[in-house]
Amino acid sequence: MRSARFRELWNLLAVAVLTGVGFLSVYTARQQEITSTSLIYAAFFLALYFVAHLGLRAGLPDADPWLLPLSALLTAMGLTEIYRLNPLLARDQSIWIVVGLGGFLALILLVGDQRKLESYKYTLGVAAVAMLVITMLVGTTINGAKLWLRVGGIQVQPGEFAKLLLVIFLAGYLREKRELLTMAHRRILGVGLPAARHLGPLLAMTGVALGVVAVMNDMGTALLLYGIFLAMVYVATGRQLYTVAGLALFVGGSFLVYRLTPHVQERFQVWLDPWKTPHTNGYQIIQSIESIADGGIFGSGLGRSFQVFSNGSSVIPAAQTDGIYAVWANETGLAGAAGMLLIYLLFAYRGFKIASVADDSFSKLLAAGLTFTVVLQAFLIVGGITRLIPLTGITLPFVSYGGSSVVSNFMLLALLLMVSSRTARVRR
Amino acid sequence: MNPRIGTLFKLCAGACLVLISFTAYWQIWAASGLAARQDNARLVYRQLQIKRGLILAANGHTVLATNTERTKDGLNIFLRRYPLGPLFGHPIGYNTVGSGRSGLELSQNDYLTASNADLSTVLGRIGDKLQGETVTGNDVVTSLSVPAQQAAMQGLKGHSGAVVAIEPSTGRVLAMASTPGYNPNTVARNFAKLNKPSSGAPLLNRGTQGLYAPGSTFKVVTATAALQSGKFTPNTLINGHGTCITVQTVPLCNAGGESAGVVSLSDALTFSYNTVFAQVGQAVGQQRLYATMRDYGFFRDPPLDYPSDEMEPSGLYSHGHLLSQRAPIDVGRVAIGQERLGVTPIQMAEVVATVANHGVRMRPSLVDRVVTPGGGNIYTTHPEQLVRVMSPQTANELRDMMRRVVEEGTGQAANVGNLSVAGKTGTAETGVSGLNTAWFIAFAPADNPKIAIAVTIERTPEFGGTIAAPIAAKVITAYLGQGVAK
Repeated sequence: MRSARFRELWNLLAVAVLTGVGFLSVYTARQQEITSTSLIYAAFFLALYFVAHLGLRAGLPDADPWLLPLSALLTAMGLTEIYRLNPLLARDQSIWIVVGLGGFLALILLVGDQRKLESYKYTLGVAAVAMLVITMLVGTTINGAKLWLRVGGIQVQPGEFAKLLLVIFLAGYLREKRELLTMAHRRILGVGLPAARHLGPLLAMTGVALGVVAVMNDMGTALLLYGIFLAMVYVATGRQLYTVAGLALFVGGSFLVYRLTPHVQERFQVWLDPWKTPHTNGYQIIQSIESIADGGIFGSGLGRSFQVFSNGSSVIPAAQTDGIYAVWANETGLAGAAGMLLIYLLFAYRGFKIASVADDSFSKLLAAGLTFTVVLQAFLIVGGITRLIPLTGITLPFVSYGGSSVVSNFMLLALLLMVSSRTARVRR
Repeated sequence: MNPRIGTLFKLCAGACLVLISFTAYWQIWAASGLAARQDNARLVYRQLQIKRGLILAANGHTVLATNTERTKDGLNIFLRRYPLGPLFGHPIGYNTVGSGRSGLELSQNDYLTASNADLSTVLGRIGDKLQGETVTGNDVVTSLSVPAQQAAMQGLKGHSGAVVAIEPSTGRVLAMASTPGYNPNTVARNFAKLNKPSSGAPLLNRGTQGLYAPGSTFKVVTATAALQSGKFTPNTLINGHGTCITVQTVPLCNAGGESAGVVSLSDALTFSYNTVFAQVGQAVGQQRLYATMRDYGFFRDPPLDYPSDEMEPSGLYSHGHLLSQRAPIDVGRVAIGQERLGVTPIQMAEVVATVANHGVRMRPSLVDRVVTPGGGNIYTTHPEQLVRVMSPQTANELRDMMRRVVEEGTGQAANVGNLSVAGKTGTAETGVSGLNTAWFIAFAPADNPKIAIAVTIERTPEFGGTIAAPIAAKVITAYLGQGVAK
């Protein structure tokens, strides 16, 4: 099945053409402000994906041929808009892609098989919690949320990596305990409950992770981690009890957090009526939906909408991270926005496909968990920026600007490809 | 586990659909509402890139509003400039980025920004956009006369008040002046200061928004109702013995403590006898008087091509609200322009223009035509008859009565050379002793009216005949002197 790699190469070439057109479009629209040398970002970006492709040829020759091009397309969309907002940020993002590629290749060439990770599940789980706790203690607060860790001059967002570690932990733990968790140890009010010692570590770990994140004011990551937890428990056990209890806990917990933290109340109020405080709390969401609305069906064209004030700051606060979807929807319209969402859906389709054909439970749970992570994260931020749900600051996977996000998503992709490659190899 | 993975995928597909729908909601359904919001930065940005159309005086070449072009960040932006400064501040209004817009800049915004749905404009705009060229708005040619406006602003200097002049045969507004004025070039910078209560409300267009007791000028309305009722002719004699009469238990007196004796209706108007007109009003009755007022345009905004937020209906006001037309009134005091009457200068200008136009009320208008930058015609205002308020005979009788006011009565200060002016003075009490609202309404030449005018001066110790009439005279000469008169 060597043809998988050729298919991937052709797909990447298609992405290359699209990326080139996108960058040229931005360049022609804004050539007064940006120099032609910045166009090399596009070439550089494509070279990196070609390196990733070669890495796959060497390490995972049977891996899925769609996921890399799909993620490349998403990254290209993001990079084009970041370039459009500020070419300097695009340069940084390119550097992050290099680092992410390093992580990607390291995972593929050094680990190679996802099942090796299973034996480290507790270590990785504890590492996830430790990362969050350290951030809580010595983290840097930016925009009211304490989710940054300063390591040797660069800022790392541990939440982005904790999600990966949590998925690996849950996949390993649930594979081991899923039968025990499905079995009724004793019955209370006619509902079968598993033994507390099996359920305990699960609840404890998740509770700690969520508690820490809630203290850090990072509601986006909290929702993401909890959602991953619920989905993976559901896939592993199939017991409605867990889903129902999980959702009930979510509602109760949300209410509690809402009552206790003014920050969350504020976010909720802004969601209900941003126009009550149009110049302060509501400003970001108002600018976002006005930007989206401005796009219409076919958009204003790449580089042709109003995104940057004359002093260089973006119209939408945090446009390159939280607001990137709004910028994309403005410039490419409903057509482009729906296109981007459908790429996520295709990504989900390939990811869940990999999960369903994988031949061991750990790999299944891992692939399903990782795929769901990408989709849920995309839903949280796109839903937030379109005012479907309260806005929580979280990155749009592969698209948003941000080092931690880029690197962690590259690693996520490597893990998914590992699962797919192994399945194909075993099948053959 | 596979069925559950399938369920998870379906959940994701559902979420994707919901997100697409929500994006579509903003981009299709909510888009136009959001785009028009003043807090929308894109709106401001786009407005600055549009080269708004010119606003011109009636002569077609005096520029009242134009643009200064600047280059910023590689973009051409256009800032609004008003070459004549405060002179046309009120009728033209202002167009700012942060403080909104007013006047014709607001009511004609679609034409000025070429967003009117006219086919040639739409095609031109798409062409401009495709070529990356600046969208250029259409030019608005107003009916405003430069000499008339200059004379009006000059006459109002040092007073708070307003002048509105109308061409009787067409309804075209020739002058619309209001003081204290403001400079539209600096309105954005001084917006907070201009809105301070101590500033004397310079942004208020007193011509269309100022509500004043009309005093004796309202006797023209009362006389219209009286003559139309058939109960009165100009020569009907009325007993005006005594300086005061009791109307609804409160004494009502003539100005200066005069006694009228037995006088004709014409004499009563000439010398403005309150005691006589109160009786006329009572004889006419509330119903007939209100019907005449409605015909003249009272109780609703003037049908002017001007922002409705910047116009007020005239009528009887109670606690800042227009009184119901069924509410009981002191018709005797309404007849002499007191009671709770609040009337705008433009309303009184319409009254006197209607008399001048042989009893037919014309739709007032500020815009003569709209043309494309290339000179193509987009829109032309055609004079429109709204309603016949009185018979031509009544109009002639009123004209002769008003002629006498200027020749031998209270309005002699409005006599200008060999020109025949017909008019009526008014001096309304303000409730503060020693301070009046002074009025003069007039049209000229009396036989072939070219201009009808209403002048109001706020809080003055003087009288309509002494302070308002000379201003009217100046505006009339300035306007007719420019060769409009034969």
